[in-house]
Amino acid sequence: MMLILKHLLVVFGVLAAALSASAGLVWLERRLLGLWQDRYGPNRVGPFGLLQVAADGLKMFFKEDWVPPFADKPVFILAPVLALITALLAFAVIPFTAEIMVADLNIGLLFFLAIVSLGVYGVALGGWSSNNKYALIGAVRGVAQMLSYEVFMGLSLMGVVLLTGSFNLREIVLAQQNMWFCIPQFPGLLIFMIAGFAETHRMPFDLPEAESELVAGYHTEYSGMKFGLFFVGEYLGITMTSAMIVTLFFGGWLGPVLPPLVWFAGKTLVFICLFILVRATLPRPRYDQLMAFAWKVFLPLSLLNLVITGAVVVAGR
Amino acid sequence: MTNKESLTVLSILQGLWTILQHTFRKRETVQYPEEKLYLPPRFRGRIILSRDPDGGERCVACHLCSSVCPVDCIALQAAEDETGRRYPAFFRINFSRCILCGFCEEACPTAAIQLTPDFEMAEYRRENLVYEKEDLLISGPGKYPGYNFYKVAGLSIGGKDKGEGENEDPPVDVHGLLP
Repeated sequence: MMLILKHLLVVFGVLAAALSASAGLVWLERRLLGLWQDRYGPNRVGPFGLLQVAADGLKMFFKEDWVPPFADKPVFILAPVLALITALLAFAVIPFTAEIMVADLNIGLLFFLAIVSLGVYGVALGGWSSNNKYALIGAVRGVAQMLSYEVFMGLSLMGVVLLTGSFNLREIVLAQQNMWFCIPQFPGLLIFMIAGFAETHRMPFDLPEAESELVAGYHTEYSGMKFGLFFVGEYLGITMTSAMIVTLFFGGWLGPVLPPLVWFAGKTLVFICLFILVRATLPRPRYDQLMAFAWKVFLPLSLLNLVITGAVVVAGR
Repeated sequence: MTNKESLTVLSILQGLWTILQHTFRKRETVQYPEEKLYLPPRFRGRIILSRDPDGGERCVACHLCSSVCPVDCIALQAAEDETGRRYPAFFRINFSRCILCGFCEEACPTAAIQLTPDFEMAEYRRENLVYEKEDLLISGPGKYPGYNFYKVAGLSIGGKDKGEGENEDPPVDVHGLLP
């Protein structure tokens, strides 16, 4: 009984933490972008503008929830839900500390990759069901981009798996007690980070929603809370990718003095800020450049990384 | 990696570093209601009607301001008092139309109409943006402290005859001149 209660506590705790983190990110991103552009960002509603999140949420709820008459209604409604749920599901395997994790799967990493792949459906179905040319182009771009970057996203992580000898995320973290994997797997880290940017279709890889070309890309026709779900899904994606970077390359909850959860949250926050810094800095590449990077640069690099890591592991036996 | 590609990577890192340095920059934003910008004295803001040093209305109701106004926001009607001095019977500026261009101030021959460094005229009701003469008139001479139009106008008016103004010669009797 106590075990079930504890597990439920963890599940809802993780859910609440993930959702509130992604809501907080809306505020954090706007403040940080403001800071880096020499302005303030939202600082009026509540202390430091923190209640801006509540104001935005309320606004979203009270907006007209409009389904265009030309849209494919059931799919149109399903798409944002998919986008949110796939982003949320990946949190199930992230080890916040040695004890706090929803599911201690021994194929945790594979589960994560699978869920990220499912994230394509939110974009694809959203763009398809909107029956709008901009949405469709955005969705096509999104699908092509996410499928291409998924390939070496998985490959870049295999170095970590080779070093650990396990797909279990808890064991991957525990294997980093002597040295974080960001040092032996530095190329893997870089490639995973870039793939992470592309998978969450964040700047500079936000081509599926490129405002300056495609209005808003795959979510052009969405409004109200349906748009909000896409929005929250995107921020959940950032949080999740940052958490994965920390887990796989920066020793997860490991760290001296402070409690493990604080270490985990702190490290994740650093990478979230990095996401926003990259957004504040880099412009969008052209679409052909994006695909060329994926297949001609990153895929060979990740394969090379895998081969070298494999060789080193075999030689070290 | 070719030279061009390594330069690209370098420039990306440089960009990230530059943006990161902005963390410690001063912010450009002036937080308006709390902090206010300095408005220079010749700022073109809310329009007023000034008085001459003696306290009389400067406006002579010549209609130049209303005819030069590009958005037709000035309305007035001329009247004359018993001494022959012209004044506006009413003077109305519709600030919901006014674009604060300052043409009226340029056109005014008596420096009566002037723009001031004040722009905080927000209202909840549109009608409140129509300013009547009593809202526009101020008690002082505005930007031209010593200027009194009727003292230099060479006009016979209200107790001052021709030739009695400032720097004014007595009038010449044209009929008295011999050829």
